[in-house]
Amino acid sequence: MIALLLRDLTLATRAGGGFGLGLAFFLILCTLVPFGIGPQGATLALIAPGILWVGALLACLLSLDRIFALDLEDGSLDLLATAPIPLEGVVAIKALAHWITTGLPLVVAAPLFGLLLNLPPATMPWLVVSLLVGTPALSMLGAFGAAITVGLRRGGLLLSLLVLPLYIPTLIFGAEVIRRGAEGASMATPLAFLAGITAATLALIPFAAAAALRVNLR
Amino acid sequence: MSLWEYANPVKFMRLSGAVLPWAVFAAAFCTIGGLVWGFLTPEDYRQGSTVKIVFIHVPAAMMAINIWVMMLVASLIWLIRRHHVSALAAKAAAPIGAVMTLIALATGAIWGQPMWGTWWEWDPRLTSFLILFLFYVGYIALWPAVDDADSAADLTGWLCIVGSVFALLSRYAVLFWNQGLHQGASLSVAPGERMSAVYRYPLYLTMLGFFLLFLALLLIRTRTEIRRRRLAALQAREARA
Repeated sequence: MIALLLRDLTLATRAGGGFGLGLAFFLILCTLVPFGIGPQGATLALIAPGILWVGALLACLLSLDRIFALDLEDGSLDLLATAPIPLEGVVAIKALAHWITTGLPLVVAAPLFGLLLNLPPATMPWLVVSLLVGTPALSMLGAFGAAITVGLRRGGLLLSLLVLPLYIPTLIFGAEVIRRGAEGASMATPLAFLAGITAATLALIPFAAAAALRVNLR
Repeated sequence: MSLWEYANPVKFMRLSGAVLPWAVFAAAFCTIGGLVWGFLTPEDYRQGSTVKIVFIHVPAAMMAINIWVMMLVASLIWLIRRHHVSALAAKAAAPIGAVMTLIALATGAIWGQPMWGTWWEWDPRLTSFLILFLFYVGYIALWPAVDDADSAADLTGWLCIVGSVFALLSRYAVLFWNQGLHQGASLSVAPGERMSAVYRYPLYLTMLGFFLLFLALLLIRTRTEIRRRRLAALQAREARA
């Protein structure tokens, strides 16, 4: 399983396009927002938590179809399905690789983008915490969506339609953590909900995603 | 004799063919009767004549949720017991549910404008219905995207299960996210919160009418799906010959 993880990471970094693309998209989004809203610092600080979370969500979405599609095309997905490790494990590892290549860079770079959007410095830790806790759920749910649409001809467009509604609870609680952190209020409840969603998706989504993959490999 | 025998398409077609005219008649009777009765009710002292929207709004909202639950049950039956009629019934129900959600959203907007002074508000109930509509749209879009019929049934079934969990989660998440403008349940059991009987009985009748309407539409659409499946099988046989 570790070999599989390393293989996916190497592919993502060497194949070009995958790694860093999400980050670049995130940067573009954070640059575009002030042009659309206007450069008033107070307004930007107010909407920054929402923009950063929506940006993370869209950046994540951008690379989802790469989770399984390339492996299906060159046939290695069939090999993985017949390999001694269970397909559920394959899904979990691939989602983890996706998180390391898109979620983790976002978490690390988020304070910088928060700075661009005039987010108060005291809020930065909460921004990082909420993204750190929430983005694994985005990768897991995305892996489910990718598993459903992997065999389809026009999967990419459909993928966003299927996955984005699933992202709504994560988005609500994630942005709420930052908002409460900015106000100095207690963020224990939304943070607990966010962690709960992530834990539940880590535990349950591999089974649903593996079932969907088996259907598509049939 | 068991309920599962009606998973046999031939038996299902025979039974549904016999039931369908009665279902259509009963649906028309209850829906039209309830709406006319509702229209003739006196005007509310605060809301005026706009209170009559309740006779479309509440039954449509009720069906919007219940049709998704019915799709969930049908999907589970398909995934566990592989009954084709069940999968086709879930497929046939989805557009009806989406339209019911749209009706609930639209009548709610028309009602909200005079009552709250706004067409749309990011209120938990309204927002969760919008999210439910998105789930319906995703589900409907996935069906024709998959070429193989059984694979499509499997994938939409899994989508329906995961979607149900997240639709429920979204419901409580938006409750957390924003305080509501929408009032509580219209048919509360608590005596102090109940609607007056003048409105309640026509409402019961329209709710029954909308349920029967769904049943009739579902039977028609499921029969169409079965016939379409048969036609495809016949064409495939022709092509081979």
